[in-house]
Amino acid sequence: MQYTILVYETEAELAARTDPKRKDAYWGAALEPPRTATTVRQPGGKRRVQDGPFADTKEQLGGYYVIDVPDLDRALEWAARCPSAAAGAAEVRPNLRM
Amino acid sequence: MRDAAQAAELAARASYGRLLAYLAARWRDVARAEDALGDALLAALETWPRSGVPDKPEAWLLTAARRRLVDGARHAGVAAAAEADLNVMLDERADAAPAAFPDERLALLFVCAHPAIDEAARTPLMLQTVLGLDAARIASAFLVAPATMSQRLVRVKAKIREAGIRFEMPAPGELAARLDAVLEAIYAAYGSGWEDVAGSDPRRRGLAEEAIWLGRLVARLLPDEPEAQGLLALMLYCEARRAARRNAAGAYVPLGFQDLRRWSRPMIEEAEEVLAGAARLKAAGRFQLEAAIQSVHAQRVRTGETDWEAVTLLYEGLLRHAPTIGARVAHAAALGEARDAEAGLAALDAIPPDEVATYQPYWALRGHVLKALGRAAEAGEAYERAIGLSEDPAVRAFLLGRRA
Repeated sequence: MQYTILVYETEAELAARTDPKRKDAYWGAALEPPRTATTVRQPGGKRRVQDGPFADTKEQLGGYYVIDVPDLDRALEWAARCPSAAAGAAEVRPNLRM
Repeated sequence: MRDAAQAAELAARASYGRLLAYLAARWRDVARAEDALGDALLAALETWPRSGVPDKPEAWLLTAARRRLVDGARHAGVAAAAEADLNVMLDERADAAPAAFPDERLALLFVCAHPAIDEAARTPLMLQTVLGLDAARIASAFLVAPATMSQRLVRVKAKIREAGIRFEMPAPGELAARLDAVLEAIYAAYGSGWEDVAGSDPRRRGLAEEAIWLGRLVARLLPDEPEAQGLLALMLYCEARRAARRNAAGAYVPLGFQDLRRWSRPMIEEAEEVLAGAARLKAAGRFQLEAAIQSVHAQRVRTGETDWEAVTLLYEGLLRHAPTIGARVAHAAALGEARDAEAGLAALDAIPPDEVATYQPYWALRGHVLKALGRAAEAGEAYERAIGLSEDPAVRAFLLGRRA
């Protein structure tokens, strides 16, 4: 089964990823910090572009990984290995089977 | 006709959990396994009166349920990846129906109490899957509307399937924590009936028997886990006193005034045996300590008195393992008996007030110790609060009597 691990990170964690001494602990698809985010909405076909991330929360989406493992229990083991799971959180979702 | 129906019912009652666990583990889908097994039971009721009851009713049911699952998957047009599983299932069907199939109930219990499952859904899920209880019966024990309980169960089964929760024993390193969740869920089923003695409220039938059945199952399947044995002993000790918790007139009788002739000796003896077995495994834990406390109370059958020093010490041990509000209040009660009311009150005062604002036993005990200290006005206030928090009319009546 494919799962996506969505990593929510605090500001300190986001900074740690670019710290040369700590960055080796991070893997997967890391995202640039939320200050670089742009959010698009298109209600009724009318595009609205806004500076900033979708939700303004203390922990922000910092990266994601797609993994292929037999079950949720193994996916959770991988999620627990994310350094950010200690300070922020890692959400695990099964990918929709197409 | 009636024999066949009875045989079907008997096979269902004796084997429901085993059959369902096996099917659910193979298909990693509790809801579909339930539907298939339900269909198989209906088919048995139709077929057996005509063709006679098969030699191995369980094997018959298993084969019929599997056929439903395979057919269902075919109709649904399963993805290619699942075809392999399907072929396994068909191969198995081709075998003569197995006389013995592996008992997957433990794996199922671990799925029910999986950390990814909402805590409030764990006990109901166990009761439905392992015991075959219907949602309405479970709903009445947990005081929720049947439709709410059905929805909760449907949702949680969908999560098991869609999130891909594993039907396997937890890894050795996780076993203790995962087992604790299973035991907690079973104990919650036991607690659901505690306030309702002898079915005084027909809308709220407790699940004590069902919980003890599950407790026995886990204790038997995990003979080397002392906490599983501890939980079984604890429930047996409590159950042994159930009849004595009300007098002939239906009035509430507190532990200290219970008629010892109404305690079940055989149940106490069984509890003693189970607890002694747990102690030999030499790893103390919350449920064993709670059972040990009940064991001290049970000694009253023999000695006519309660060793409150021992109870106090055991509560101190329990607080180190599980510092719950319930244990803190019970520890204060034991101190009040072992030393004096002053010591009991001091222990109550040490509990942060916001944690006990709605905890009935705290206020009942507070009223009790304040009354013993001659502080009548404060005692009255505490009793007021306890009365307001009591759901059971018999307990309310008892507290009203104490306050007067």
